[in-house]
Amino acid sequence: MASKSEFSGADSGAEWERFDTRQRLIRYFLTLGVLVILAAAWRSMDINYGYVASAPNEVMDLLTRMYPPNVIYTSEIVGPLLETINISILGTALAIVMALPVAFLSASNTTPNRWTYLFGKFIVSFTRSVNVIIWALIFVVLFGPGALAGVLAIAVRSVGFTAKLLGEAIEEIDRGPVEAISATGASTFQMFIYGIIPQIKPAFISVATFRWDINVRASTIIGFVGAGGIGVALQTNINYFKWDAVLTILIAILGIVLVSEGISAYLRGKVS
Amino acid sequence: MATQPGSVDGNWERPTAFYNRTTKYVVYALITGFVLYSFWNIRVSPDRFLRGLGGGVTLVSNMLPPAATPMQFDLMVQGIVESILMSIIATTLGIVVSAPVAFMAANNLAPRPIYLVGRSIIAVTRSFHELIVAIVMVKAVGFGPLAGVLALAFKTVGFFAKLLSEEIEDIDTGQMDAIEAVGGSRMQVYLYSVLPQIIPRIIGLSIYRLDINLRHSTVVGIVGAGGIGITLLNSFQKYDYQYSSLIILVIVGIVMIGEAASAYARRRVQ
Amino acid sequence: MLHVKDVEKVYDSGDRALKGLSMDVSGNEIVSIIGPSGAGKSTLIRCINRLTEPTAGEIWLDDTEITGLSGSQLRETRRDMGMIHQEFNLVERLTVMENVLSGRLGYMSTWDAFRRNFDSEDIATAREVLRRVGLEGVENDRADELSGGQRQRVGIARAVIQRPKILLVDEPTSALDPETSVEVMDLLTEIAREDDIPVLINIHEVDLATEYADRVVGLSDGELVFEGAADELDERAQDIIYRGGESRAERDAAKAERTQHAGE
Repeated sequence: MASKSEFSGADSGAEWERFDTRQRLIRYFLTLGVLVILAAAWRSMDINYGYVASAPNEVMDLLTRMYPPNVIYTSEIVGPLLETINISILGTALAIVMALPVAFLSASNTTPNRWTYLFGKFIVSFTRSVNVIIWALIFVVLFGPGALAGVLAIAVRSVGFTAKLLGEAIEEIDRGPVEAISATGASTFQMFIYGIIPQIKPAFISVATFRWDINVRASTIIGFVGAGGIGVALQTNINYFKWDAVLTILIAILGIVLVSEGISAYLRGKVS
Repeated sequence: MATQPGSVDGNWERPTAFYNRTTKYVVYALITGFVLYSFWNIRVSPDRFLRGLGGGVTLVSNMLPPAATPMQFDLMVQGIVESILMSIIATTLGIVVSAPVAFMAANNLAPRPIYLVGRSIIAVTRSFHELIVAIVMVKAVGFGPLAGVLALAFKTVGFFAKLLSEEIEDIDTGQMDAIEAVGGSRMQVYLYSVLPQIIPRIIGLSIYRLDINLRHSTVVGIVGAGGIGITLLNSFQKYDYQYSSLIILVIVGIVMIGEAASAYARRRVQ
Repeated sequence: MLHVKDVEKVYDSGDRALKGLSMDVSGNEIVSIIGPSGAGKSTLIRCINRLTEPTAGEIWLDDTEITGLSGSQLRETRRDMGMIHQEFNLVERLTVMENVLSGRLGYMSTWDAFRRNFDSEDIATAREVLRRVGLEGVENDRADELSGGQRQRVGIARAVIQRPKILLVDEPTSALDPETSVEVMDLLTEIAREDDIPVLINIHEVDLATEYADRVVGLSDGELVFEGAADELDERAQDIIYRGGESRAERDAAKAERTQHAGE
């Protein structure tokens, strides 16, 4: 029988702390450290506090000048919007073509040797680490302003991502069926078509549509450096302070982004 | 073998994922047609393409070796530091703002109208590319890092609130009931049952988002929103490609370090 | 028919899975390989069609020496050996028909294979074979929609449509429940009899092995330790295969003694 004193006695510990002293010190120092870094970061940015104070007003002013959106302008942005979608589709298609060999190189079970593996991994991480707008800058220098530079920027930027995910799918395939196909006397290429491709096809479709979805967003901005699409029109209108037209464009972008997201989600749901 | 080929149906067609085979070919034709149309639409002449490739060789040779004058070097370091600071502040600001949005957008905690508002905020903040947000912010608050911080924080809200609200929707409501049953107020319920369940995820997501914001902070400068981006854009406009290539390499290095550090930190936390 | 001579397999890890093993399969006999796990049963089956590369020795199928064959010659010889796998090894996302017809890949051009342009005679045969294994009407189902027993029947159909000279069967029932195991074994042996081809089957259930096999081969630690008719596999023979010659009674006694010593 438990005595009542177990609940009331001072010796059983009326005080309770969640952390012991050392843990608490560490937590305080971590919190303090984060705060110091934040404060230092804020101070060293040389932010003009006049701007900060007026920012809410400026944003409100912007919003009132944007509304209502310029409906008449809608007809003028159909062309650039189509170009944006074209860029995203061609860029994604080109990316997939380039990513396939890279994927097989960067998958440990299909790469010929260590060096090809490292080479595959290098392409994957390098193309992924350079932002699409930087690729666009480079390709505008090479091919001049226009959609071609945009397509190439989107394509090159997407290679790493696409190849990485496809490579992972290849690494996860079941060796059994592949072996069974080659045991029937099939050639290497036939083994590929019947044993490997059916296994990576769902991953392939979902990676492609997922990347296309990302690329639709990316192709709305590469116009800022002259690489085609709706971004060119957006920048022009901002520079001329035509805010009602800007809002029209923003709504249009929102529209295509949401539609492409829906399509991409639908297709991915279908293959899984 | 006891097979008489003549007596059994020798035709077989692979079933298709489409409604029927005609639909399949129509869909394929449409896709092919659209790609070809896209190709025609951007008007690539082979001549221009080849000239571009030739230009590539020249550009690469102009870029090598990466180099900078001492003054340019200082400018670059300044830009990089600014980018890093921007990403830290924007991440913090974004998380602070997104916490209430996440609770609003969790359908197990928020009433229907508030839930819809929360979801709309998330949809809008997620849909626009960070550079579009940045270019608008520059016009709103002027050139400089403040615009960048606001743009990155704006994007952080969409990302963070979405993932966090999904996390909140998955919590174990039994723990909430338990706190409520001992007489806890609404705030106490959040503090003692919801928060402990989502804290590890919050930390993990914050580190991940910091990594993403670091990437973006290196480019928002291209539209004037602070950081190293403007230096890069200027170097391109002045045809100073050796300097451009140095900046790009430094950005790649920073991004890779950030990614590795973020992956390491997230493993430690989880 | 099949003649295995002094075959050795040493894995990269240094494991000697087969230590110079010889055996024959001929006529239309059903030979089952039994032995404890790790004895080298699977390795032996897989060495015959070189899914696992033997380290030394010779393997003859009729007049062809398999271990020395080049890529394209090996593929041609593999067409004559139907294999049935432990985990069925069907391509799950392809239809039953495609899985069965993949048994004919060795006879098709790559281009036809790519376009799924199968010979109409092969398609007719595939339907016939599916009927024989009791899977009429499922040819358009995807392989991952089938039950384990049905999948193994597709596996059998894929091997049979090769019109092989011999069937190599690697643990056909280890992924199946006992009842389905019996059905699959019935089907397998019946088809082999009808088509008049020998079967080399690696199986770990001794009662299934003796029930269906004409001859039993016992492996232990990479060596052949028993060979004889199924009814010769008595208690003594099993002791040799599974317990290194110790009888079950002796082994229990020895164990009891060890325990006793340990207790002192």
